[in-house]
Amino acid sequence: MPLDPVEAIKAAFPDSVVDVINFRGETTVVVDSEKIADVAMFCRETEGMEFNLLSDMSCVDYYPKEPRFALCYHLYSMIYNTRLRLKVYLPGEDPHAPTVTGVWPAVNWQEREAFDMMGIRFDGHPDLRRILMPVDWEGYPLRKDYPLGYEQVQFSFNFDEIMSQKPHATE
Amino acid sequence: MADIQIDSPVEETWQGSVEELKGLVSPRALTGETMLLNMGPQHPSTHGVLRLLLELDGETVVSCIPDVGFLHTGIEKNMEAKTYSKALVMTDRMDYLNPMGNNLVYCLAVEKLAEIDVPERAMIARVILAELTRINSHLVWLGTHCLDLGAMSVMLYCFREREEILDIFEMISGQRMMTSYFRPGGLWRDLPDEFVPTLTDFINRFPRKIDDYEALLNNNPIWIDRTQGIGVLTPEDAIAMGCSGPTLRGSGVAFDMRKVQPYSCYEEFDFSIPTGDHGDVYDRFLVRMHEMRESVRIIQQGLKRLPKGAHISNNRKFVPPPRAELGTSMESVIHHFKLWTEGFKVPEGEVYVSIESPRGELGCYLSSDGGTHPHRVHFRTPSFILISALSHLSKGAMLADLVAIIGSTDIVLGDCDR
Repeated sequence: MPLDPVEAIKAAFPDSVVDVINFRGETTVVVDSEKIADVAMFCRETEGMEFNLLSDMSCVDYYPKEPRFALCYHLYSMIYNTRLRLKVYLPGEDPHAPTVTGVWPAVNWQEREAFDMMGIRFDGHPDLRRILMPVDWEGYPLRKDYPLGYEQVQFSFNFDEIMSQKPHATE
Repeated sequence: MADIQIDSPVEETWQGSVEELKGLVSPRALTGETMLLNMGPQHPSTHGVLRLLLELDGETVVSCIPDVGFLHTGIEKNMEAKTYSKALVMTDRMDYLNPMGNNLVYCLAVEKLAEIDVPERAMIARVILAELTRINSHLVWLGTHCLDLGAMSVMLYCFREREEILDIFEMISGQRMMTSYFRPGGLWRDLPDEFVPTLTDFINRFPRKIDDYEALLNNNPIWIDRTQGIGVLTPEDAIAMGCSGPTLRGSGVAFDMRKVQPYSCYEEFDFSIPTGDHGDVYDRFLVRMHEMRESVRIIQQGLKRLPKGAHISNNRKFVPPPRAELGTSMESVIHHFKLWTEGFKVPEGEVYVSIESPRGELGCYLSSDGGTHPHRVHFRTPSFILISALSHLSKGAMLADLVAIIGSTDIVLGDCDR
């Protein structure tokens, strides 16, 4: 017997559901970031919902708004053919959320990607390392305050300054 | 044998940081009991620039740690700096074997967010071309997979047929690989007159070519020895690790985005979803071979019902007017100017759209802040998830079989790293 996921989550976590958004036929449940692992486990295990596949986890930067970051978990239930988006908001200062690798192992690399690109820490993640960028990279490239990184154009007034930064300048 | 050091501690042999190594490999590797081996990133059997850190006990893989990111080009970041229509060309470059599919998922996301209508001719043409791309991708997969396992002649046949598909792509879009042919609202331009006869001719000949490949492989004792019982993936593990596409279907789960959540009028087509029984390399191979036949069926149905009419939406707020109108209509000039300078605005909100790419579920998360540039685009790419499952798949396998396992997951590193 399929359950309405929104009502079920609201009933089980009355204090943690912040908002419910319906947009273009997609349902988003905004939950408290502390509770995301519990809500995720509830979504997977409850009979009538059984969101057994985590399709995707994306991270969004709403800079300069506060709370600055959002994590979007796109759940899919293979049994009931339903989709649900869980969303949590994280502050700009020291953003961190509990990991959900215990619920869906598939999220392991996606959380690493969010850490690499946005600098979100996932508490309890088994192997939180950079994944796409080099290990010694500084900064988080997908943040909105991170520049796109074009090469600076050399003019006569800044010729020496740029020249000194070029790799062959030491000879 | 005297000058070969056995059981030397890892500090003496490992060039990199030992501290980082400690969390990844087993303690046996640190004492030198098991051997550490780098496979890639220039290894030909890793299908691109994938580096695998292997811990080997003799020839058995104890652990396999994939290292990706060598092809990372910041496509998601670049798309944020472009208008919606200009960002489209970035999507071709992700999965370079599936350009039409990448265009399709991005266009569907923009169309869903902005509520743009798509004419029927464009929808059917999209289905035909997406399936043609699937055949193209599967041909490259088959050729390279066979090449890895020593069946060299299959690759030449596969690339011969792929050449004809690329010629068709060039005919319709002017480009062989980076087509950028789908646009939000429809297609870039109408299909040329010679498209239908050329494709019909190819698609009528193609099933016999699949027979040829199967005659070379299906009962080939070497092929069977190398693939049967190798890299077994149970359906439960496959779902838990997020695998999709032929890798999941090879384990016996009939899950296909085209069936469960149809898009672009796939629900009006008649096709079946092939599945395997054992979840090994051989079953994944069979699934993809059947998929090519099913794609042929879909293309035949599409060609039969391809209607006449507009190839792109008439919604001037999102779709530029045809060139001919510019000489006669002031309004068209204004629309043309607005769309090619500022771009179109998309309502604030977020959508997630997914399609079935040749490798599995390809998802596009698109978030808009109401402006002319995408606020955030994120692609759920199947290769990224499949490579994360690789360490589980290869545990306990022989080193030579690892090549078969990598080939059978059909990964594209451009798709993984974006």
